[in-house]
Amino acid sequence: MKKVLEINHCNKSFGDNEVLKDISLSVSEGQVVSIIGPSGSGKSTLLRCATLLETMDGGDLIYLGDYAAKADAEGKAVYGDKDTLQAVKKHFGLVFQNFNLFPHYSVMRNITEPPILIGKRNKDEVYAEARELLKKMGLADKEDAYPCELSGGQQQRVSIARALAMKPAILFFDEPTSALDPELTGEILKVIKDLAAEHMTMVIVTHEMSFARDVSDHIIFMDGGVIVEEGDPKELINNPKQDRTKAFLSRFQQ
Amino acid sequence: MNLTVVMQQLVGGMGASLLIFVLTLLFSMPLGLAVAFGRMSKFKPLQAIIKFFIAILRGTPLMLQLLVVFFGPYYMFGLTLPRSYRFIAVIVGFAINYAAYFAEIYRSGIESIPKGQYEAAAVLGYNKQQTFFKIIFPQMVKRVLPPVTNEVITLVKDTSLAFVLTYEEMFTVAKQIAAAQTTIMPLFVAGVFYFIFNAVVAFAMERIEKKLSYYR
Ligand SMILES: Nc1ncnc2c1ncn2[C@@H]1O[C@H](COP(=O)(O)OP(=O)(O)O)[C@@H](O)[C@H]1O
Ligand SMILES: [Mg+2]
Repeated sequence: MKKVLEINHCNKSFGDNEVLKDISLSVSEGQVVSIIGPSGSGKSTLLRCATLLETMDGGDLIYLGDYAAKADAEGKAVYGDKDTLQAVKKHFGLVFQNFNLFPHYSVMRNITEPPILIGKRNKDEVYAEARELLKKMGLADKEDAYPCELSGGQQQRVSIARALAMKPAILFFDEPTSALDPELTGEILKVIKDLAAEHMTMVIVTHEMSFARDVSDHIIFMDGGVIVEEGDPKELINNPKQDRTKAFLSRFQQ
Repeated sequence: MNLTVVMQQLVGGMGASLLIFVLTLLFSMPLGLAVAFGRMSKFKPLQAIIKFFIAILRGTPLMLQLLVVFFGPYYMFGLTLPRSYRFIAVIVGFAINYAAYFAEIYRSGIESIPKGQYEAAAVLGYNKQQTFFKIIFPQMVKRVLPPVTNEVITLVKDTSLAFVLTYEEMFTVAKQIAAAQTTIMPLFVAGVFYFIFNAVVAFAMERIEKKLSYYR
């Protein structure tokens, strides 16, 4: 299987705070990887390093064989030049916890501007695809709406459509339902499940344990900046081996 | 001395006031943006210099600044400038002073945009310029509109300060007529003019604000 993402020996500190300690992770085409773990364990930082919002101190970051960053002899991450990074950015998309839609743009413009402006793609084609995406998200009637006129769940679906419009090889989600009212989380989880069924490559940070178990092919439990345990989702969630995993999961079982 | 005569004499002054107003905005609004960039620069010395100048420009009277711009070239460099420099000095003085105020307004507007907007743009591949002009600037404009309106209204009244350079804008003219004719009527008429001028400005700004209220 083709590797879409490879992170080797990633280290990241904020000042004296070692947030990621020697994290390695690889995601193959069509694979869905979930990352779970207590708050402050470094999950967001890992996604932010992967999406170039943070720079790793050490390690490799590779998309489809292209190095965004390569560890030198001492393990220090050396990033590629501007053009390399810009090219690498085409490979991934990120869905934020709080959507981060552009409030001054209509739904349609939120989705279409990036492929047209950044992807330099044909306008009509992009609009046609955007309409398809909106239909798929159940938002066909919302293309002229502004984000402030939508519910949180609808905004998050728009932000997923915005990410998908760039046709990324891999899509990251950072707690996509955490900012939503409980009754709205279901609609987002369903959208992600549908994407998984279409073999979209995804990395999902989530606190929805049963969702993570059902949707993913591989699950990672992080705590204190390290991967404590990883493996088959059903196995890890039903029969955790490590004490820290057990303690964490027991807090989610009613 | 009847009202029509006073009005006729004041018209030229009104035109001059309007010209100061328009040119000051024309130069100070973009200049303010450049100054705001300098103020937010990662290059610390530039940031400190700009911060210092903004403090001076906001902390001293505009009237004094106009005098410095006007007399500075002579007293500092011995330059004798033609009479037409009077008008240039007025515009330069106003534009620089207002740029300082606009810069601080823009800066607070830019800094109030959530970090997530930059991050969303960065992940989608927007470069710095695209992020600023497509995403940040339009949202900033909406946010700074109320304080900018305040400044613009202040500017209408401040145009009268050009009198210190005996530039013949409306207030100067009104004062001259009033002194010559020993009547306060010209000053009263000037007051009405400033008031109407401001009402028009306030109305226009309100329209712009309405136009931008399609999103939150
Ligand atoms: N920009 C930052 N500056 C300093 N510390 C940060 C920053 N971002 C995250 N951290 C710290 O990194 C640790 C991990 O945070 P985060 O990756 O957000 O965890 P999680 O997403 O698992 O809750 C926390 O201790 C947090 O305080
Ligand atoms: Mg987080």
